[in-house]
Amino acid sequence: MLEPPVVALNKSYNRLSKIKTLFACQKKAPYLFVLPFVVSFLVFFLYPIISTVIMSFQRIDGPESITFIGLKNYKNLINPHFFNALWVTTRYTFWTMLVLIPLPLLLAVFLNKKTTIGKKYFKSAFFMPALTSVIVAGLFFRLAFGEQETTLVNSILGVFGIKPMVWLQDPEGSMFAMVLLCTWRWLGVNIIYFLSGLQGIPVELYESASIDGANEIQQFWHITLPSLKPVIMYVLTISVYGGYSMFAESFALWSGPRSPGEIGMTIVNYLYQEGFNNNNLGFASAIGITLFVLVMIVNVIQLWVSGFFKKEGV
Amino acid sequence: MKKSLVLLLSLVLFLTMTVSGCGKEQRAADAKAGDGKATTLTFWTFQELHKNFIDDGVATWNTNHPDKPIVVKTEVYPYDEMHNKLLIAIQSGTGAPDMADIELGKFANFLKGSKPGLVEFNDVIEPVKDKLIMGRLENYAKSGKYYGLDYHVGAEVMYYNKEILDQAGINVNDIVTWDDYIAAGKKVVEKTGKPMTTLESMEKWSYYPLICMQGSDAMDKDGNVILDNAINVKTLQTLKDMLYKDKIAIITPGGHHHSEEYWAWMNKGNAASVWMPMWYMGRFVQYMPDLKNKIVIRPMPVFPGGKKSAGMGGTGTAITTQSKNIELAKQFLAEAKLSKEGSIKTWSLLGFDPIRSDAWSDPVMSAPNKYTDYFGTDIFITLKSVVGDIGSINVGPKFPDAMAQIEKNVIFKVLKEQSQSPEEALKVAADDVKAK
Repeated sequence: MLEPPVVALNKSYNRLSKIKTLFACQKKAPYLFVLPFVVSFLVFFLYPIISTVIMSFQRIDGPESITFIGLKNYKNLINPHFFNALWVTTRYTFWTMLVLIPLPLLLAVFLNKKTTIGKKYFKSAFFMPALTSVIVAGLFFRLAFGEQETTLVNSILGVFGIKPMVWLQDPEGSMFAMVLLCTWRWLGVNIIYFLSGLQGIPVELYESASIDGANEIQQFWHITLPSLKPVIMYVLTISVYGGYSMFAESFALWSGPRSPGEIGMTIVNYLYQEGFNNNNLGFASAIGITLFVLVMIVNVIQLWVSGFFKKEGV
Repeated sequence: MKKSLVLLLSLVLFLTMTVSGCGKEQRAADAKAGDGKATTLTFWTFQELHKNFIDDGVATWNTNHPDKPIVVKTEVYPYDEMHNKLLIAIQSGTGAPDMADIELGKFANFLKGSKPGLVEFNDVIEPVKDKLIMGRLENYAKSGKYYGLDYHVGAEVMYYNKEILDQAGINVNDIVTWDDYIAAGKKVVEKTGKPMTTLESMEKWSYYPLICMQGSDAMDKDGNVILDNAINVKTLQTLKDMLYKDKIAIITPGGHHHSEEYWAWMNKGNAASVWMPMWYMGRFVQYMPDLKNKIVIRPMPVFPGGKKSAGMGGTGTAITTQSKNIELAKQFLAEAKLSKEGSIKTWSLLGFDPIRSDAWSDPVMSAPNKYTDYFGTDIFITLKSVVGDIGSINVGPKFPDAMAQIEKNVIFKVLKEQSQSPEEALKVAADDVKAK
């Protein structure tokens, strides 16, 4: 009477041990461990990428009316709106790189000093914005950059006797707002990158430098900066990518791809507008593919210039 | 450091729980109503108020039709997100709800192609055709088939601040033409120092109604782009003159009449009037409480030979072809939105101008509510005097793009930046829309 449960137990024990051997097997286990990533990559990334490439050659009017139109979507990209979006995005990327590399680097150096007071507080205070939703933050920034005299930014300007400005209907003013929002949000993240880079620099280097009589600035220039080069390269690469794929900041400031005179129209906002607002998914796919190619080109140039492709020791 | 991490994690956990909790509560409430026999219909909207309207309609339906009870599960999404989700669901052939609200500016996207993913309403519209403001349904039609039922007429009207006009010694009822309006505006500026009105630089509501009132549009009946025709150019010049020549108007604070800056500014009694559709009443009541009893609603000034109003904006409720209960959904929507009772509810619940003309003379309509308290009791007298002039607008496949061009480029570059003349800006926009 007791037999069946024992059999079942044996079976389950066998199955368990089979799984155990599978996990222990040096040949199979690695594949097993990367399987979740591979599957999610295939389903959620590779499949959409391939269908985006296909869609970029199609005109899609509805579920049952899809026609292949060759390169027409790509030819349609030659229009002032796309070039404007490209220009806005490039300017934005330039400014974010100009601000978001030196500034967090300096702050990280200060936060890494033993003598700085309240390090923990500043670390978390700088990082906090990265945890907020960009839509929520964008709403705050939109109201802060309102055009009335009583809005936050204009009232601060008022203290210095500067007249209130219409920020979000002015090309320069809105670029400033977008870059500020981006800086506020990503400063902490870049500080973390630089901090971890700084902590990897051996203390001995600084000690011997100071014995040799190098001052702080010389130490920064000749030890910190060269040692941080890989981290700077990494931050530069993700900044290019992040700048060109910017969407939410502009979307939140004008509640959609609706900036007047397209002063805040980035490439991804243009993609969104064409794909969803104008239901032209084929054209939007072509924009996406073009953006991908552009970012790749910019990144490869930047890595090439910085000597990333040169062999070690050459 | 560890402590703060724990605090942060628990905060995240708490937020996740509250957010997911909301969803669950909703589902539980629905499940209670649907006790097995009732048919469940799903409804997507981007307007919380519309959910209340549909819920009310469901209660009425279940009393009137105990033999075929229904439960409507409503999901309220943000405006853009809902339209995108719906577009993708219809495009991919799966995941669409039974019914959905689609805003007029987006509707054309859903009618592209030879087989729209929406169901036609012709059989429920035909019997009551003579009582409906058909121009409003034409907006959701393609080759004679009606795909959406609107909530309101959206008649364009003028909201005057009577207090300011009294100070300037102007009788509202004397303003009949645009010449009268501009003359009155100059008087207002001279006497009170306040602008007569505000013009939008980022949205279409100051400009688009005026061209429609003169029989023009962005496209003609056949979908050809007429954005740069003489009427449109002249009208844009008139607006520009109001700003810089007659100096009776200023650019709207915040760029449009739905911005927080404008509401706060207008609430202080800073402008003598604004033209917006009837549904803008809700914004006054909600966001400009200090103007209560100061605002009167009057017909728009007219252009020589022009109309007295135009139907602006709107949201069409549609049924998707993916629905498994098309007939039931259609009967329900017809009762909720096309019947006289339903139409009256659009006023009493939503403060809209009902789409059925026989609803307007019903005694219920003159009963006091928060709108009559705010604007006085003559709202429907004004509406009746202009409604005969309300036609449809031409909503072809290029409509969303044309409206985006007006809002983002034409208005902004001509009225705000002054970097282009009306002719130039409209020509560029027209060529742009044509090219696609």
